[in-house]
Amino acid sequence: MKLYRDLTIHQKQIVWAWTFLALPVLFYGVIRFYPTGNAILISFQDWNLLGDRTWTGFDNYSTLFADPVFWKVFKNTFVYLLLGTPISLVISFVIAYHLDKTRFLHGFLRMLYFLPFMTSAVAMAWVWRWFYQPVPIGLFNNALASVGIPQINFLNSTTNALPAILAPAVWAGLGFQIIIFMAGLRAIPRSYYEAARIDGVSTWSILWEITLPLLKPTIVFLVVFSSIGFLRIFDHVFNMTTNNPGGPLNATKPLVLMIYQTAFSSFDMGYAAAQTVVLFVVLLVVSLLQLRLLRDR
Amino acid sequence: MAVVDEVEIKASSDTLLRGGSARGPRNTGQIIRFLLLFAGGILMVMPIAYMISTSLKWPHEVYNLNFIPDEPTIENYTYVLEDGRFYGWFVNSILIATITTVCNVIFDSLVGYTLCKFRFPGRYIVFIAILSTLMIPTEMLVIPWYIMSQQFGWLDTYWGILFPGLMTAFGTFLMKQFFETVPDDFIEAARIDGLNELQIWWTVAMPLVKPALAALAIFVFLGNWTAFIWPLIVTNSVGMYTLPVGLSSFGDEADVAWELIMTGAAISTIPTLIVFLIFQRFIIRGVVMAGLKG
Repeated sequence: MKLYRDLTIHQKQIVWAWTFLALPVLFYGVIRFYPTGNAILISFQDWNLLGDRTWTGFDNYSTLFADPVFWKVFKNTFVYLLLGTPISLVISFVIAYHLDKTRFLHGFLRMLYFLPFMTSAVAMAWVWRWFYQPVPIGLFNNALASVGIPQINFLNSTTNALPAILAPAVWAGLGFQIIIFMAGLRAIPRSYYEAARIDGVSTWSILWEITLPLLKPTIVFLVVFSSIGFLRIFDHVFNMTTNNPGGPLNATKPLVLMIYQTAFSSFDMGYAAAQTVVLFVVLLVVSLLQLRLLRDR
Repeated sequence: MAVVDEVEIKASSDTLLRGGSARGPRNTGQIIRFLLLFAGGILMVMPIAYMISTSLKWPHEVYNLNFIPDEPTIENYTYVLEDGRFYGWFVNSILIATITTVCNVIFDSLVGYTLCKFRFPGRYIVFIAILSTLMIPTEMLVIPWYIMSQQFGWLDTYWGILFPGLMTAFGTFLMKQFFETVPDDFIEAARIDGLNELQIWWTVAMPLVKPALAALAIFVFLGNWTAFIWPLIVTNSVGMYTLPVGLSSFGDEADVAWELIMTGAAISTIPTLIVFLIFQRFIIRGVVMAGLKG
């Protein structure tokens, strides 16, 4: 204790700071950084969890890039992204824009839109899976049948299954995006609108010339955030296709599901690790590209 | 004519500014806007509503389109809960989400506070290192975590499920942002009063960032309550499952008994919905704070 008392105030601060940080630094080192390095390392090895690890250089990567299933999965992952992000952002902006102008029962409406965000993806995947069942089980097809429209094959069709799985993922994220958009809209100074009004600018021009440009930081954040979400889609796909994960015929399989199956069904750890490295690179490149493209404009 | 124009502009800009009257929609446009938004809102909650309505139906009624059950029953809930597994999964989920939330609230704020209020060698490196982990997707870490858990015997244990989430870079960053709003003078004054640094953090700084702590707690709890991929990987005995993992395996096994699956889904959804309905304003504010600052 005498030793501590002899320290200067600044030295005492250093001691306190590192005392506070000791456990967290250990945690980040062991639970975040070491596994990251380990994943990259394993991606250059051949290992089935039981036998020996053998170095194989870039074999896992060359096998992956020659695998038609991987390219199918890669394409699916981007279809989730390219459909999911624009659709969810447009819908949530339109709702937020109008909700912002509605005072009557505002809080109640906002609650209705936000409620799905509080649900669990697994639970809702099962609810939607039931909706999609054929007649006489599924809600959607029963509703169609009651008005005489022929039933739609949702989850067993190679073309319909992916959008059908995407729908609940978009639905669950809307509440969050609407709330963030509304906060962004509130942050725009009202004097801008007032000035535009006095100059006789139309509502449409106000939207394009004032609202959207000033909302850019919010839009950039939501684009990057929701893109990462769609690129990592897993819970919905897995639970809506448990009888044949990623099916039919890999039509709905995203990269994360392929990683899960390679690692924990086939126990091909090296190959799975190589896929996780690809996922990491994809996420990084997409986020950086979006930040660059959206910021510069 | 000019006067009329001015009045019109004033009136319309007023409507724009206030977004209509608080007493009720003023004109047809606003009524239509309200009705469309209302219809959209009903569509948004429809899946949740149908889930709950179906969980209250008898099997013979499940495939009818009617929303209100003819003879509501809690038979499905008794059946699912008497089975015992859902009860266990519920307890597991509560325990794991609670412990993880408490750990995050403590450690994320401690680290955020240290990085914000202390000057020491290595501060910048630690900050950048923690921030950079935001870019690493969980999916890249699950394989090494699994290998680690296997080596240390953590598979199929509570510790195994919760160790990856004890601290988050997102939470640390969020708390650091909020500690910036705590004036240094307060901390200086506490130091002069003879409080040690741990006491200053806990009794002076923490109470000043309560809203941020609440926002963090909500995010971490919800995230762990609904977490799926890691609990799916690390658990293998039915008793250790969390609610999402349990529901997933139950759904597969119950196959066609949709009213039972809906009951399980309702059990894993209703608690967060109730919490939301009680703390609605608070949670929405927290989400905005976390979303914009984090």
